Amino acid sequence: MTRTLRNALLGAAFGLALAAGPAGAATIKVGVIAPFSGPFAMFGKTFKDGIAQYQAEHGQTVGADTVEFVYRDLEQANPAQAKALAQELIVKERVSFLAGFTFTPDALAVAPLIDEANIPAVVFNAATSAITEKSPRFVRTSFTLWQNTVPLAEHMAKQGIRTAVTAVSDYGPGLDGEAAFKATFEKNGGKVADAIRMPLKSTDFAPFMQRIKDTGAEAVYAFLPAGPTTLAFAKAFADNGLKDKGVRLFGPGDITQEPDLPALGDAVLGMTTSFHYSRAHDSAVNKAFLAKHKELFGNDDTATFTTVGAYDGTHVIYQMIKNAGGGKIDGAKAVESVKGMSWESPRGPVTIDPDSRHVTQTIYLRTVEKVGGRLENVEKAAFEKQPDYGYKLAK
Amino acid sequence: MESIFGIAVDGIAYGMILFIISVGLSVTLGLMRVVNLAHGAFAMLGGYVASYAAQSVGLPYVAALIVAVALTVLATLPLERLLYRRIYGSANELSQVLLTIGLTFVIVAGINYLFGPTLKRIPLPDLLTGTVALGPKAIPTHRAFVIGAGAATLVGLWWLLERTDFGIRLRAAVDDPAMAAALGIRTERLYLATFALGTGLAALGGVLGAELLPLEPYYAIRYIVLFLAVVAVGGAGSIFGSAAAALALGIIDTAGKYLIPNFGEFFFYAALILILFRWPHGFFKGRTA
Repeated sequence: MTRTLRNALLGAAFGLALAAGPAGAATIKVGVIAPFSGPFAMFGKTFKDGIAQYQAEHGQTVGADTVEFVYRDLEQANPAQAKALAQELIVKERVSFLAGFTFTPDALAVAPLIDEANIPAVVFNAATSAITEKSPRFVRTSFTLWQNTVPLAEHMAKQGIRTAVTAVSDYGPGLDGEAAFKATFEKNGGKVADAIRMPLKSTDFAPFMQRIKDTGAEAVYAFLPAGPTTLAFAKAFADNGLKDKGVRLFGPGDITQEPDLPALGDAVLGMTTSFHYSRAHDSAVNKAFLAKHKELFGNDDTATFTTVGAYDGTHVIYQMIKNAGGGKIDGAKAVESVKGMSWESPRGPVTIDPDSRHVTQTIYLRTVEKVGGRLENVEKAAFEKQPDYGYKLAK
Repeated sequence: MESIFGIAVDGIAYGMILFIISVGLSVTLGLMRVVNLAHGAFAMLGGYVASYAAQSVGLPYVAALIVAVALTVLATLPLERLLYRRIYGSANELSQVLLTIGLTFVIVAGINYLFGPTLKRIPLPDLLTGTVALGPKAIPTHRAFVIGAGAATLVGLWWLLERTDFGIRLRAAVDDPAMAAALGIRTERLYLATFALGTGLAALGGVLGAELLPLEPYYAIRYIVLFLAVVAVGGAGSIFGSAAAALALGIIDTAGKYLIPNFGEFFFYAALILILFRWPHGFFKGRTA
């Protein structure tokens, strides 16, 4: 039954493609590798939403070419499988672009492949600075830990905070965040009293809170990847009396990403983070973005930084196809053609830095507040044109 | 001094959560000889029901807790009739593992489909938020409540299995089903009741532990290793063994995280290996021997 149905659909699609395709038109495929199932499925869902929204707004065609997205599920960080999936997409699906990548190791694993096949890869999320150094065909539309941490550490020093503790998840981005914080904070006269690296799979954070308390530091810089652990961490911070004791918690915005805010609840009320996107960002482009998101998906509860990363990433891919002008996509040339490209994103003005191929953007200082009964990251200050400070530095 | 006390209190609270969830597994494994890998999925189910009851229906915490335990038991009883009954006894362990792990995947996919991949929360009443001073350390009220609930579970279970008619019949049915049946004990009903007890404990632990083991669809697979570790160390079917194992592992894990966080979960698994090396059948030899 399902097979007949599928055959019928395939036949119909094939027939339509034959009938509708004018001479010279091609289908350009983009392979998206991300978690669509498992504990990190939220990333895949938001990527898909971002792409679908961009295609709904700008059409499925560029010139005469149809752009088609092919999705491959990579449940969790798994470099070997990322490589296998990329290979399959390149060889069997004949994709012209790769995109997605939630975790750093997965992006790093495909670097040799995209060089060999001469295919651009647009990173929607993975945030270690080292990624774009590994291949000239990487373009990134998300953020890096250095980019977010440098202005945050400067802000904390300006607030008169003298001693701080870093508490980060023990993997690439966490170590980037720790290094960026220490370098910037100490340059501005602060002192890092203790550097705690927490296992990525921690669930009970009470011991770390006790340790932070013991150092007597005034503030904590914390980075954990968005997901189940951030909830437990933020709760432990409030429950172990650190919040009441006046210890202040800072960190990149992963810890208060929009889909988790209802679950985090009042525990994160008043928490200050630095990040490149907030749903509460006050601009016409963002308002239109959220309105369209609501229209397409029924609500904007899950619209978050990864949605925007994918939305902007799709914009860059469309631009590369446009620049190729209907010709065959040459990876190196396509990446060359978007260097220095600027546009207004829902997060604010952004530029693809010609050197690092990473997005230069405004980093906002935000505080979690109740807006109309729902928790939002309300922007308090903006640091304009922040580059990736970690490019060719974090070794 | 404060930190040593802190490690002890946090470790006991963590251990109690592990105990409440794991003891249900220990009961089904030790008394009924079913390797129920779906136990974590039942705990998750309880947590999700409580979260839904509290957030979408607006029930108070205690009511949500009771509803969650009751509904989880009700929902899983047909499984006992239709599936588990076929795999009782230790003769076919492979089919037990395959069936229950399959069931886990079905529940994970179902929860993911129904509730989505985001975190779910069970709002605590005002009474349970904030901190209570316990000697030199202030601990979250919720943790104190969990420690109390764990102790109550421990005593209640001991009483149920050692001092009641139900417990005597159950132990008889487990030791020699044929003889027990000949004496007029309805073993099928007893098994049904024990299965319900195990599932109910899982659901209870899932709700009480939601602050420490956050609810998301992969809960079932993420934490089952912890629960199995407790049962392995404690000895299947032994209530006090489970409690001792859960507390020991909870305290060791907490101390390791506090003193040398870079080592990750090293201490948890190192302790597991050392204990099993010394006591291969767990602290207290279970009833299965």
